[in-house]
Amino acid sequence: MKALLLRDLRLAIRTGGGFGLGLAFFFLLSVLVPLGVGPEGGILARIAPGILWIGALLACLLSLDRIFALDHEDGSLDLLATAPIPLEAVVALKALAHWLVTGLPLTLVAPVLAVFLNLPPAGYPWLMISLILGTPALSVIGAFGAALTVGLRRGGLLLSLLVLPLYVPTLIFGAEVIRRGAETMSLATPLALLAAISLGAVALLPFAAAAAIRVNLR
Amino acid sequence: MQLTLSNLAVARGGVTVLQGLSFTLAPGKALILRGPNGSGKTTLLRTLAGLQPPASGSFDLPPDAVAYAAHADGLKSTLTVVENLTFWASIYGGPPIDHALHALDLVALSRRRAGELSAGQKRRLGLARLLVTGRPLWLLDEPTVSLDVASVALFARVVRQHLAAGGLAVIATHVDLGLPEAQVLDLEPHRARLIAQDGFDEAFA
Repeated sequence: MKALLLRDLRLAIRTGGGFGLGLAFFFLLSVLVPLGVGPEGGILARIAPGILWIGALLACLLSLDRIFALDHEDGSLDLLATAPIPLEAVVALKALAHWLVTGLPLTLVAPVLAVFLNLPPAGYPWLMISLILGTPALSVIGAFGAALTVGLRRGGLLLSLLVLPLYVPTLIFGAEVIRRGAETMSLATPLALLAAISLGAVALLPFAAAAAIRVNLR
Repeated sequence: MQLTLSNLAVARGGVTVLQGLSFTLAPGKALILRGPNGSGKTTLLRTLAGLQPPASGSFDLPPDAVAYAAHADGLKSTLTVVENLTFWASIYGGPPIDHALHALDLVALSRRRAGELSAGQKRRLGLARLLVTGRPLWLLDEPTVSLDVASVALFARVVRQHLAAGGLAVIATHVDLGLPEAQVLDLEPHRARLIAQDGFDEAFA
């Protein structure tokens, strides 16, 4: 199982594409928004949590279709499905690999980009906490969407349509955690809900995704 | 172990393509599937590999017995030959890869990226994967596509060694592999009769 994770990480780094692209997109968005909105600090500080989360979400979306589509094209998915590793574990490992090359780097660079958006200082720790708690849900929900669209040619658009509505709760509570953190308000409720969404998604969706892949491989 | 099919029928896209398949394959034996394009060879192999359920009937196999080699080789073009093989070896927990590299004459290519190999070399690498799975039953779908004569002979030798060690193989092929001892199953008599097409009148009635 470690071999599968290592292979996916190695492929992501060697092929570029997924790894750098999401980060570059996140960076561009965070630089362009202040230019578009204008230099008034008050407005930027108010919209910063939402912009940062939307940026993370869209950056994550960019590389989702690569999770299974590439393996389906070159036949690896058929072979993985007949391998001794359960397909549920394959899905979970691929989602983990996706998170390690998108969610984790996004979390690490987010404080730097938050400077552009004039996020109040109290919000910085909560920015990282909310991203690290919420981005696993993005990867796992995305893996489920990718599993549903695996056999389709140009399934990318359909994948976005399927996945974006499912990202809404994570977006709402993730941004809420940062907003309340920045204003030093009580944030136990959104934090607990954000963690619950991630844990629930990680626990349930690999099974749903594996079932979807089995149907799509027939 | 042995492979037993009892009155198996397989379907592609909801349409039954083969029916009434019954045979037993004993250890050390190979079975060659013959039939025209579209007769259901790939569908039968995918069913035996467990990728799709049988339309009716059943087959009997011990769990984790199958190594499936499809049309696509499952290679990652940015990984080297050794990395590709090592990955599959560790997924299947099979034997070390040295033997497989030697058996399919890949030693000289071992540091090349799979994307830089020729079609025939990729195919040899895809077939080398079978050896590192350590599985007894090989399901081979057109294994000799893009192989030259020497490589076909090389591959036939690998299959024969596998059979001699008590393995089994089901091979869909149009080429003579040089395995005279293999049983041949002609799929023509098993093809499911298509229901008479009455045209589309019903749809417009």
